Amino acid sequence: MNSILRRFLPFITNLGMLILAVIFSLAIGSVLISPENLWQILRSWLMHTPLPAGLETYGFIISDIRLPRTILVLLTGAALGGSGTAYQGLFRNPLADPYLIGVASGGGLGAVLAMSINWSYTFWGLMAVPLSAFLFAMLTVLLVYSLARVGKSVPTTNLILAGVAFSAFATAFTSFLIISSEGEVRRALNWLMGGSNQSSWQTILAVLPYLVLGLGYLLFNGHALNLLQFGDDQAQQLGLPVTRTKTLLLVAASLATAAAVSFSGIIGFIGLIVPHVMRLWWGADYRKLLPLAMLAGGSFLILADILARIVLRPQELPVGIVTALAGAPFFLWVLRRTKTQGYW
Amino acid sequence: MEIKTLKLEGLTVTYGDRLALDDISLEVRRGKVVALIGPNGAGKSTLIRAASGILPIQSGKIRTNGAEFTSLPPMLRAKCLAVVPQAVSMPPAFTVWETVIMGRTPYLNFLGQTSAKDDAIVRKALQRVNALEFADRRVGELSGGEQQRILLARALAQSTPILLLDEPTAHLDMQYQVALMQTICQLAHEDNLAVMIALHDLNLAAHYADMVALLVQGRLEAIGRPTQVLTPERISQAYHLPVHVVPHPYLQVPLILPIDGGESPNFN
Repeated sequence: MNSILRRFLPFITNLGMLILAVIFSLAIGSVLISPENLWQILRSWLMHTPLPAGLETYGFIISDIRLPRTILVLLTGAALGGSGTAYQGLFRNPLADPYLIGVASGGGLGAVLAMSINWSYTFWGLMAVPLSAFLFAMLTVLLVYSLARVGKSVPTTNLILAGVAFSAFATAFTSFLIISSEGEVRRALNWLMGGSNQSSWQTILAVLPYLVLGLGYLLFNGHALNLLQFGDDQAQQLGLPVTRTKTLLLVAASLATAAAVSFSGIIGFIGLIVPHVMRLWWGADYRKLLPLAMLAGGSFLILADILARIVLRPQELPVGIVTALAGAPFFLWVLRRTKTQGYW
Repeated sequence: MEIKTLKLEGLTVTYGDRLALDDISLEVRRGKVVALIGPNGAGKSTLIRAASGILPIQSGKIRTNGAEFTSLPPMLRAKCLAVVPQAVSMPPAFTVWETVIMGRTPYLNFLGQTSAKDDAIVRKALQRVNALEFADRRVGELSGGEQQRILLARALAQSTPILLLDEPTAHLDMQYQVALMQTICQLAHEDNLAVMIALHDLNLAAHYADMVALLVQGRLEAIGRPTQVLTPERISQAYHLPVHVVPHPYLQVPLILPIDGGESPNFN
C-alpha cells in the first residue's frame, strides 16, 4: 500500500495542482464566476440540461472564451515542460531549454515576417502568423541539424553551437525587421514576449495533432532518455539505436515546441525551470519526469496566465513576463530548500 | 540461436592514421575467463569497445556462432553481449534500481516499459553483487567500489551469454578485487558465460583467468594458459621492466614481481 502510494504520489499531486489551476482559470477574469455557478454550469453541460436562468452569459464566457484559452495555455505549458525535459536529457545539459537549437528565434523570425504583411481578416489571414512561425521554427531545426552533422552522427556540442549561432542571426534579423518596418512594432514585441494568445477552439484543433505526436513520442521514450544519460557508448551497448533515437527525440521535442510557440508566442523560462523543479521534487527518472513536467508545465503556465490577465486589468500582460517574474523567485526558492546534492 | 562463443577474426581498428588494433584473432568460449593484459595504451579498452560493436572496424569480423555480430541491430547485440565499462562517472541522480533496470533495455515492450519479469531479474542481479540492500539509494552517494558492482549488476540484468569487462577492479580495494574476481569466475564456470576481462593486475589475471591474452601496441603478442603467457621474458619485454616470475606458495599459478633495480624511472 505504502509503496503504491509512494509511486503515484507525484502524479496525484501534479494532477491535483492542474485541476485547481484549471478551476481558477475558469473562475477568475474580468468577471468573477463563483465556484457555485461554475459547478452549476459544468453540471448542466454534463447532464445535457439547459443552463439555469441568469447563467447564460457566464456559460458563454466559459465555453467560448475561458475554456479554449485555458486549454491552449495548458497545452502550451505541457509542450514547453515536456520538450524542456527532453532537451535537457538529450543534451545532458542542465541549461538546455526548448529554444536551445533555434526553435524560438526561427519561429520569431517567421512570425515577424508574417506580421510585416497586412493580411486580411479571413481565416487564413489570421492563421498567417502562427503558420509562418511554425514553418520557420521547423526549418530552423532542420537547418541547424544538417549544419551540425558530421558524417552519420550529430555531436551534441556541434548541435548546440550551430543552434546558438543561428539563433543569434535570426534574432538580429528579427530586430532589424521590427526597427525598419513602420507598422506593428508593438504586436511583434508582444509576440516575442509570449503574449499572442489566439485562443479559440479552432487554434486548439490546429496545434493538437503536432502536440499529440510530439509529446506522445516523448512519453514513450523516457527509458531511452535515461539510457542517454550514460553517454552514447553505453546507451548503444545497452541496446539503444543511439543516432536514430536522438534524431527522433529532437524532432518530436521541436515539433511540440514549434506548435506551442506559433500560437502562444515565445514564453521563456518555463521550459527551463519546470523540469528542474520536477527533478528536485520527484527524482531523475525520465519515465516519470516527462509526464510530470508536462502536467506541471500546464499548471504553471495557467497560473501565470491568470496573473497576466489580472495584474494590469483591463490590459493584458504578455505571459512570458509573468513566467520569468514569478517563476525565477519560485525556482530559486525551491533550489535553496533542496537538501540533496547532485540531483542532476 | 544458441551462442557458444565470441570469436574475433583479424580485427583491425584505426584511430585516424594510428593503428589501434592490428589483426587480432582470438576466441572466448562459454565457461571460460579470458584476461586481456598489456601495458597502458596497448589497446585493451579499444578491443573491448570494438568487440562490443560500438567502434567502426577497419577490417576483420566479430562472430557469435557464425552470425556476423556487427551487422546485427543494437538491440539484438545487447541480448548477446553485455559490457561493464571502465570506472566511469555515472549519472549520480538515478537510484541503483533505476540504473540496473537499464540493463533490461533489449527486452522492453514496444511502449518502452518494463515488466514484472524484468523486476525479478534485476532483483536477482542485485543480489548477485550483494547490492540489493541499497537498491533505493542514489548512485552519486555510493563509493567507487559500490558503483562498480552496480555496473556489473546492470550487465548481468542484460542476461547475455557473453560478458566483457574493462578493468573492473581498477578502483577497488583488495577485498573487493577478490570478491569481484570470484563472482566473475562463478559467472563463467557455473553460469557458463563467455567472459573477457581487461586487467591491469597481472597477479589477478594469473590467479583467476583460464586464458591470458597479452596485447602490446595493438598486436596480440601471446595467448594461452597463464603459465604459458606470463613468462619473465615476455612480461619484461612488454612492460619494459625486468620481472621475476615465481611459483605461488599455495596455488598452481605464477606470481609476477617487478624488479626495481634502483635506476632512474623509465617513462619511454
